[in-house]
Amino acid sequence: MPKQCLRIVAGKYLAELAGQNKQIVALEADLKESTQSVNFERNHPDRYIECGIAEQNMVGVAAGLALAGKIPVVHSFACFISMRACEQVRTTVCYPNLNVKFLVTHAGISTGTAGTTHHAIEDIAIMRAIPNMTVIAPGDAKEVCQALDAAMNIDGPVYIRLGAGEAEDIYTDKNKFKVGYATQILDGTDLTIITTGMMMAEGFKVSKMLAHEGIKAGLLQMASIKPIDETAIIKAVKKTKLIITVEEHSALGGLGGAVCEIAAGLGAKVIRIGINDHFCDIGSAACLLEKEGLTAENIFKIIKRNYRA
Amino acid sequence: MKSSKKIKDLKKTAQRARCLMTEALICAGCGHPGGAFSSIDVMVVLYFAVMKIDSENPKDENRDRFILSKGHSSVALYTVLYLKGFIDKETLLSFRQDNSCLSGHPDMTKVPGVEMSTGSLGHGLSVGIGLAYAAKMDKKNYRTFVLMGDGETQEGSVWEAAMFASHYKLDNLMAIIDRNKIQIDGFTEDVMSLEPYVSKWRSFGWEVKEISGHDVEKLIPVLNSIPLRKNKPTLIIAHTVKGKGISFMENKVEWHGKALEGKNAEIARNETKA
Repeated sequence: MPKQCLRIVAGKYLAELAGQNKQIVALEADLKESTQSVNFERNHPDRYIECGIAEQNMVGVAAGLALAGKIPVVHSFACFISMRACEQVRTTVCYPNLNVKFLVTHAGISTGTAGTTHHAIEDIAIMRAIPNMTVIAPGDAKEVCQALDAAMNIDGPVYIRLGAGEAEDIYTDKNKFKVGYATQILDGTDLTIITTGMMMAEGFKVSKMLAHEGIKAGLLQMASIKPIDETAIIKAVKKTKLIITVEEHSALGGLGGAVCEIAAGLGAKVIRIGINDHFCDIGSAACLLEKEGLTAENIFKIIKRNYRA
Repeated sequence: MKSSKKIKDLKKTAQRARCLMTEALICAGCGHPGGAFSSIDVMVVLYFAVMKIDSENPKDENRDRFILSKGHSSVALYTVLYLKGFIDKETLLSFRQDNSCLSGHPDMTKVPGVEMSTGSLGHGLSVGIGLAYAAKMDKKNYRTFVLMGDGETQEGSVWEAAMFASHYKLDNLMAIIDRNKIQIDGFTEDVMSLEPYVSKWRSFGWEVKEISGHDVEKLIPVLNSIPLRKNKPTLIIAHTVKGKGISFMENKVEWHGKALEGKNAEIARNETKA
């Protein structure tokens, strides 16, 4: 399947959206090539604000711009927005429910050998605990664009989380991202795989591998982690009894945690696949995903161990 | 209005504000009196002699903006908002009580006239910068005022903001520091020294002016002087006395956040009678 770099897709698409909506402004903290906000700068230089390496101030400035009616889109790495500027995000943006969008990149362990300082394996847990915040982790190019459209239609803060690398195209024309809804990628009666972000592609591969063995796995892409689609989770639990969540994030407090909060007491077995509460070793993104078991092969093995026909 | 009459009226308003703050603090049984009394003269001058705002048209997009970055001085802001007609007296006297809309640190979603929710120190200047930047983008003439505590400027984010404001030449922005020289744990120069204060701000590219924060007459032209210099953000260091106007509170560290009650309440009532 063709692959696309989601940062590049998002950067181009945001510049397009800003062509239609003059209230959109972009803020950057000295990472314009990495976050691809450079597209915005080229197309709309008068609405592009370079803030320097000062994320706390950047988020505060975005809040002020939102007070004046702008739609600020804050760019940086996931780790810096969710942790360095966390209090500004929580107190200065989310508490007064201001219309600020966070378009963060290099989430999860996608910065690879850059090391733990640049990984973000806690950001979903942090962001989804903040009232008023919408949290979206899109997994392919189509989903990224639809998520950006959706974010612009929300009058309040939205955190959109992208990895650094390329993502396979999974969405067909039939799939449609909606805030608060899971996207049913595959239907299955034996078990349900729930993914978020770029793990959608791994989930897709696993489902195909399982199909070869006669196991029908459903695949729900949960890009909208908050609000989360409770109905889809309850339906999946009733239908399949075995749920596997997969995320490039800590296995604590992220997608797996969110699913368990809904599934608790419903009698389903939920297996959370994510990073097991440790900082990762040194390695490329591919090496680390392998080590952390975030590959189709490993997910397949885990499912085979736990699935009873 | 003749200027002497105007000044006399402002002084009266400031005294009335002190009287009302005393009542609100006594009713609340908690709060942060020291910094409220040190900054009330500045706020009265801003709201009654400087800023273009109208409680009848509170969302006018050309209104001047005020951000109380030192959100713990909320009782001073609420009092001024009452005197300007944004809230009623019953509301003012519900300060910090169960189910009131007036919390210890102001919530813009609950209180008419509050431009920004504040309370965590070091956030307000950045927000004011966002407003000032938007005014430049939209070619609007409104001015943005941000009141900070002196202790607050120990926060690193303040200096990130300071750099930004001068880099982008935000001469439609005025930051005012309530320099009462006291923070929770003691005198600022003992806890974490701020001096040389003026040269720090100047080196960050701000045009700085020092003034007594209790001299109403002199405050009027100074707070109206945006920009002090074209292409530069303006910083006013308002030298104040913590707890100003209440004898036992003046310049006392322990009155940063302490309940006004018992004998103290009576003395405060007498000394702030309007």
